[in-house]
Amino acid sequence: MERDDLLVNDSYALNAHHSEEEGRKIRSKIWKVTGILTLLTTIEVIMGIYFKRSEAFSWTVIKWSFIILTLVKAAYIVMVFMHLGEERTNLRRAVIVPYFLFICYLIFIAITEGFGHLGAFQMFH
Amino acid sequence: MGGEATKAISKEILWGGGRSPFSVSYGKMMMWYFLVSDALTFGGLLTAYGFARAGSEAAWPIGEQVFRALPGLEGEYPLMYVALMTFILIVSSVTMVLAVESGHRNDKAGVLKWMAWTIVGGFVFLGSQAWEWSHFIHGSGGMFQLEKAVTVTADDGQVFELKEGEAVFMDHHFGHLAEPWIEGNPNVSLVASDHGVKLVEVGEHTHEAELHSLTLNKYIENESHVSGAEMMKLWEARGANFSFGANLHDSEYAVQQQYADFFFFITGFHGFHVFSGVVINIIIFVMAYKGVFERRKHYEMVEKVGLYWHFVDLVWVFVFTFFYLI
Repeated sequence: MERDDLLVNDSYALNAHHSEEEGRKIRSKIWKVTGILTLLTTIEVIMGIYFKRSEAFSWTVIKWSFIILTLVKAAYIVMVFMHLGEERTNLRRAVIVPYFLFICYLIFIAITEGFGHLGAFQMFH
Repeated sequence: MGGEATKAISKEILWGGGRSPFSVSYGKMMMWYFLVSDALTFGGLLTAYGFARAGSEAAWPIGEQVFRALPGLEGEYPLMYVALMTFILIVSSVTMVLAVESGHRNDKAGVLKWMAWTIVGGFVFLGSQAWEWSHFIHGSGGMFQLEKAVTVTADDGQVFELKEGEAVFMDHHFGHLAEPWIEGNPNVSLVASDHGVKLVEVGEHTHEAELHSLTLNKYIENESHVSGAEMMKLWEARGANFSFGANLHDSEYAVQQQYADFFFFITGFHGFHVFSGVVINIIIFVMAYKGVFERRKHYEMVEKVGLYWHFVDLVWVFVFTFFYLI
């Protein structure tokens, strides 16, 4: 029996082809994003070494800047390197929405439960 | 094919015109769904780490204190090695996306070249991780726990009132001989020296290690060194609990074992992903070399494997932040 998914799939794969001209543009974008990712990582490392944790307030600010920088990096990787930005809105949302909802839930659990039950893990130690 | 796909249903009914609402092939869509589920696994691990850390009563080790060594170099380079590993993975992600781009132009030579570099990057990362694991497992001096409460003054004048069970850290040279001494090696013995104590190993070669100073809060911000008579007070108060490096039962990094366990599990699980990614990359490289994709007239397989490889990079970006930086 003929696999209908393969029949249609080849046309999707062929649709993704591009010319030499477009290729040059895509490559320059890739190198630009590489520069951004390297820069962000360097900033994170410098911040990690330079700032001390002792001052509770500034550390909270630093911690959240780490998280934001990470999310920016993740967005570049997913949208440019993984081409999710060029996929249909349907697929983009099918991937991002459930994950986003779940990650909010996980962060909530980590923050509230983590502080709410001090020492709970000691039971398993 | 199983399920609905084996039944004779016309494509028009299935997709309302022969195209899926996602406009991607079956394989690519399923790769995305797999990555979503895999991301949840890693999310769960990192959340469990945060949970354990927030719930821990004893101080938790921090990244720039634990990971500050470079291979073959003395001295301290906080987070440099991990940053290097991150950079290697980002670069291999770039070579992968260049391979995908070459595939979109049906450029076989380009695909082979960039896939080869991606595989090299993968191996370099795995090698770096092996060194980091080895360094983590061997540790840097070891620690012992106090048997009784003691009050000492550090070299900088700070006074510490230490409770029973508090961790005290030895330096690299002393710890090197302290490990066989604790294990009962008859060649190593503890003797008095001019300033305090030293360990002597006899055998083919004679080694000596003097106890110069002990460290408090080594893996926590603001470590303090204690030497001289104050150091001897700490040494005399030592209990039988010595820890060297880390394994699944014991670790020098913290009194609680969870830190080492999470390190092994999270970086190990990620390393396993990198390893399988390298294997898959090699398979695709061989297929491209043999001209399988040339005959298919498209290199979508490279793109699908690329998604997995980028995902591995993506996970590392999160591990870097949540395990090492924060």
